Amino acid sequence: MPELRDLYQEVILEHSKAPRNFHELAQSNQKAEGFNPLCGDHFTVYVNVDGDSIQDIGFQGSGCAISKASASMMTQAVKGKSKAEAKELFDTFHKLVTTGEANGDRDDLGKLAVFSGVSEFPVRVKCATLAWHTLQAALEGKQEKISTE
Amino acid sequence: MNTVAKSPSTESVRPRSTGASLDVEKIRRDFPILARDVRGKQLIYLDNAATSQKPRVVIDAITRYYEQENANIHRGVHFLSELATSKHDRARQAVRGFINAADVKELIFVRGTTEAINLVAQTYGRVNVGSADEVLITAMEHHSNIVPWQMLCDEKGAKLRVAPINDAGELILDEFAKLLTSRTKIVAVAHVSNALGTVNPLAEIIQLAHKKNIPVLVDGAQAVPHMKVDVQALDCDFYTLSSHKMFGPMGIGVLYGKAHLLEAMPPYQGGGDMISSVTFDKTIYNKLPFKFEAGTPDVAGAIGLGAAIDYLNAIGIDNIAKYEHEVVSYATERLSALSGVRLIGTAKERAGVVSFVIENIHPHDVGTILDQEGIAIRTGHHCAQPIMQRFGIPATARASFAFYNTKEEVDALVNGIIKVQEVFA
Repeated sequence: MPELRDLYQEVILEHSKAPRNFHELAQSNQKAEGFNPLCGDHFTVYVNVDGDSIQDIGFQGSGCAISKASASMMTQAVKGKSKAEAKELFDTFHKLVTTGEANGDRDDLGKLAVFSGVSEFPVRVKCATLAWHTLQAALEGKQEKISTE
Repeated sequence: MNTVAKSPSTESVRPRSTGASLDVEKIRRDFPILARDVRGKQLIYLDNAATSQKPRVVIDAITRYYEQENANIHRGVHFLSELATSKHDRARQAVRGFINAADVKELIFVRGTTEAINLVAQTYGRVNVGSADEVLITAMEHHSNIVPWQMLCDEKGAKLRVAPINDAGELILDEFAKLLTSRTKIVAVAHVSNALGTVNPLAEIIQLAHKKNIPVLVDGAQAVPHMKVDVQALDCDFYTLSSHKMFGPMGIGVLYGKAHLLEAMPPYQGGGDMISSVTFDKTIYNKLPFKFEAGTPDVAGAIGLGAAIDYLNAIGIDNIAKYEHEVVSYATERLSALSGVRLIGTAKERAGVVSFVIENIHPHDVGTILDQEGIAIRTGHHCAQPIMQRFGIPATARASFAFYNTKEEVDALVNGIIKVQEVFA
């Protein structure tokens, strides 16, 4: 029986109420839009990429606590990382929210480990990964809107 | 914690029984699923606008059909084929009585309201709507009463016009009247809004349209489970319903159309059953209603729908309407009294639905937390994205009621909402 507090951890609630990097980037050179047509969540992720490095990142939009907190913590986690590192982190994060387990060491995930409870709520996996999918699209320079469906 | 009810005394002063001539505890025992647990809690099912639960008599009718009566209809001389045919016919008679159609030939079995509307758009619409013509709908329609008309308008170069609603979620009748012009070829309007619960003033809408000789299609999916519908008294030209929203099985519904309109319309799909005779040169189409029923129909579904109608008739739709009105009014009152809760859709005339948002909490989170309490509600845009845009919100939480719901379940919903607010406090 999944527990609510496993999903709505304090850190997640705190980020959902006061999301970090929650703004458009003046200097962004890549952006992408993502939405979840089932629940209406909708985010735009802005990145400023210098060579291979994510110099700065911001996001805007609306969504549930899980999607907003995930977007907020993602921006903190990937700032300063290379594109490949961000992709690797997404893969680990994706495994965490779908299976509750991380690839090898949970330390790679840092604070993102608080999302492990999402795996007990399968319908909420899309909420947790929306911003990550959108970031990938921005980094790959995809033009079309990303949908979770 | 700033989330206590403004009037906590409501519960204690309110009588628990409704006084209506309806034995809810007995009715609840008719629905096997209502006895089950969900996530360790007694199920509280408040998602009836999405689909209703099925009484034992409906489940039994379908089982009996497949165990004892199954055969294809209209084609065998053998015993079972005759039995299945007569049962299928009887189901259509039950629908006729339920919505007071003049004749069974005006009732087409389809998969549901969505298919019924597509049928009209693709037959009546394709013949009667041309370039520069207009189709008029309202701002509170379900996607199924928007998209089929959009597809038709795209194909024909016609224009889809949308009559606006006010902040309470009511159709602005004056604006609607202004949009009825010589270019308007059909009006399509919900009887009851699935997202807001608004009951539209059909008598006025139909009168206004008929003054200009414009036919009116009514999407009745959310109305028939809650109130008496009389298609002849309404004088609507088309009326649609879905069995699964009125305690019958999924996969079947009905299109009602006035006989003279159906007679003039081309067929929808070609195939068996919809023909009188076929040669490679020419096919003569079957008479109504079979002209619109190509292929082997969902016989078990029709029989199940017939059983649901018999069940509703035995309880009495007026008793149902009266009882539900009390429960929905109680829900409206209790939810309105919660701080941080805002109702979306506050029309004077409402049925079945209480849609709401909670300050600073996304409906999706509300749905997950209530689910942990065994409470099933719908969260999202309710297949009515334009309504969400109208109210400037991404989604709502929607509690929707049937006659087996109780005031105690409303209390549980209210306690669940308070718990949601505690989690996010």
